[in-house]
Amino acid sequence: MSKYLLIESRDSFEFADVGYFYDLADGLARQGHEVTLFLVQNGVLPARPSARSERLARLSESGVAVLADEFSLQERGIPAASLAKGVRSAGIDRVVDLLAVGSTRAVWH
Amino acid sequence: MSTVTILTMDAPYESANSTTALRIVDAAIRKGHNVNVFAYEGAVSYSVTTQKPHQNPVKGTSVEEERHPNTKDWVAALLSAAEQKGVKLDWVRCGLCEDERGAFEQVPGTRRGSPADFVKQIASSDNVLVIPTK
Repeated sequence: MSKYLLIESRDSFEFADVGYFYDLADGLARQGHEVTLFLVQNGVLPARPSARSERLARLSESGVAVLADEFSLQERGIPAASLAKGVRSAGIDRVVDLLAVGSTRAVWH
Repeated sequence: MSTVTILTMDAPYESANSTTALRIVDAAIRKGHNVNVFAYEGAVSYSVTTQKPHQNPVKGTSVEEERHPNTKDWVAALLSAAEQKGVKLDWVRCGLCEDERGAFEQVPGTRRGSPADFVKQIASSDNVLVIPTK
């Protein structure tokens, strides 16, 4: 089992290929890998309860740790307490902690 | 203590990628990790010393009131923070990229290099994060 850090910086309402990145997270988790999907910048926008947030809830149910960057949430006026089901807020420290583990494979989208 | 290498290639003031890259470097230093940065393509301009803060004529604010942050100050602050923390921040600028852009006046403590230096940074790192342009 490997660790994966998938960093999504794009808004799924703007970029259709975000769905493929979610698919990657889902596939890795279903294969038994430890997967963190870290949403940052406009990537946090689907973390608001919306038509696109159900996908994030399903990823969480598949075992993906879905995290939304606190700073990006604050910039966009999204309260951490109102995130969609399955999404938790986290600091950028979490990215550093995962990168510091040499075996984590990190991909930015 | 780990060593993390980050490649960034967006020019400053164009994309939130720049802010996030600098935040990750800052967090890694605060946590006591060594950090390698490879500033590629437009990112060589992060550390150009001729950047100046500006007023905002739309809002009617002065330079002092606007407190416009310049990335060259952030880079200098990160180098200082690493020194104070006792960790290494190796900031390499792509030489060909800065030649193309005329980005010659650079923050002291950063160094000119090439993609070959990025390979060396990778070899000496526990992990690598590449932040590409959109």
